[in-house]
Amino acid sequence: MEKLSIKEKKLEAINLNVFYGQKQVLKDVNIAIKANTVTAFIGPSGCGKSTFLRTFNRMNDYVEGFRKEGDIIVDGKDIYQKMIRVEELRKKIGMVFQKPNPFPKSIFENVAYGLKIQGIKNKKLIEETVEKSLKQSALWDEVKDDLKKSALSLSGGQQQRLCIARALALEPSILLMDEPASALDPISTSKIEDLIWELKQKYTIVIVTHNMQQAGRISDNTAFFYMGDLVEYDETKKIFTNPEKERTQNYITGRFG
Amino acid sequence: MTSAEKNRIKDKLFGYFGLACTLFGIIMLLVFLSDIVMKGWEKVDFDFLTNYSSSRPKKAGIYPALAGTLWILGLTALIAIPIGIAAGIYFEEYAKKSKMANFLEINLANLAGVPSIIYGLLGLQIFVRSLNFGASILAGACTLALLILPIIIVSTREALKAVPDSIRQASYGMGANTWQTIWHQVLPASAGGIITGIILAISRAIGETAPLIVIGAATYITYIPEGPMDKFTVLPMQVYDWIGMPDPEFAKNAAGGIIILLLITFLLNGIAVYLRNRWQKKVKW
Repeated sequence: MEKLSIKEKKLEAINLNVFYGQKQVLKDVNIAIKANTVTAFIGPSGCGKSTFLRTFNRMNDYVEGFRKEGDIIVDGKDIYQKMIRVEELRKKIGMVFQKPNPFPKSIFENVAYGLKIQGIKNKKLIEETVEKSLKQSALWDEVKDDLKKSALSLSGGQQQRLCIARALALEPSILLMDEPASALDPISTSKIEDLIWELKQKYTIVIVTHNMQQAGRISDNTAFFYMGDLVEYDETKKIFTNPEKERTQNYITGRFG
Repeated sequence: MTSAEKNRIKDKLFGYFGLACTLFGIIMLLVFLSDIVMKGWEKVDFDFLTNYSSSRPKKAGIYPALAGTLWILGLTALIAIPIGIAAGIYFEEYAKKSKMANFLEINLANLAGVPSIIYGLLGLQIFVRSLNFGASILAGACTLALLILPIIIVSTREALKAVPDSIRQASYGMGANTWQTIWHQVLPASAGGIITGIILAISRAIGETAPLIVIGAATYITYIPEGPMDKFTVLPMQVYDWIGMPDPEFAKNAAGGIIILLLITFLLNGIAVYLRNRWQKKVKW
């Protein structure tokens, strides 16, 4: 894999160890992720890939007993420094969760929420942003006539695209996705995948997935985790055709996991 | 008889037993209600609601007691609701697991179990004497507010707990802080449960008599309270006073007072049930 210059690195983990209480869930992980790429984290359940994803926007701060050593660098800044405001950080880093989790409010309010909490009151700006975000997440045509309807009345796939729109409304530069399609049917899944492919133009995307074919289809680079170790990190093509480590080979060929 | 048949009979028997237990409570309530209504219904009219207390049972009404009850209710709600909700939010959303939080939690549970007359003694010492409120509406409302505070806190916590964590995560993930998450997402989603708890707590406060007797609330009031520092009486105390009268005619007045008191309680409970159903329909996860 090509070496990245400091400027090219969008996200970076340096000697990262993560603990939940006594249990170590990530062991000395080093990774550098290039801007405007899709990176897939794969590995069996409990390998630490979701935990790793959540260190980039500090969502682990809410987990009891969470402790980390080492550094997480986003845009050249150590995000666990005291100076860093997590609220600011999370505006820059959107997150999409495993289960669609729209707010129990209207479609419009869901997308407008991020602007609202920033204190933006300009109605026109909010309306434009909502429309733009819903178009970006390929949901606009399906919901443009009933933006006032409850978000909970949408189908699962639509809800997930709404959650993506909600994250995009803040104009982040990074999108973290934690198994965004695992709760969806195949048609919704392929819509989400197409979407990820398009969003790559503007965003750096990191996606955790259980689905190996999905990782193969949508990602540029793939990182394979096993029991808290980053076993192998390389171009997706290489990982899926000619991995260096035997464990990676065994996992992607379905011998375990 | 096979054991499967035996088990079936046991199953059926328990079903009937459970039904009987349920009916027991309801039938008792119905007997009590019909007794009260038969005795007191003739008393309930406009005059009864607007007359002052009197030594002649035919002329005696509940106006001051009704006004006192409404005053007490309003002021108690005003004091207990903000404090109760804030404490519930603190416990559920802010307090980290610590020895301190544990200690507070155990004491909260204890507080909910303290007999109401003890609250009366507390109110007498703190509000009536130390703070010099006298036997006023304010002293009564403060005392009752203390009494229902644990109920409001507990029901607020339950309502907040029912909001799935994924909503909070989504909100934090978009850069909201804890307060914004609570204000914009958690509270609106749990409002139904919180309001229901508040109404039930308040309908409990309506019926409380013991603590108000202890703080020295009057039973015979000849004017309508105009401010929180005025003396007052409430419906249950008026009823209690009438029941003690030697003239049996007063028993009818007492029954009439009970009808009004029950109507208010049922009305509040009805509103609580209505709100709960409405919110349940609106918010589905």
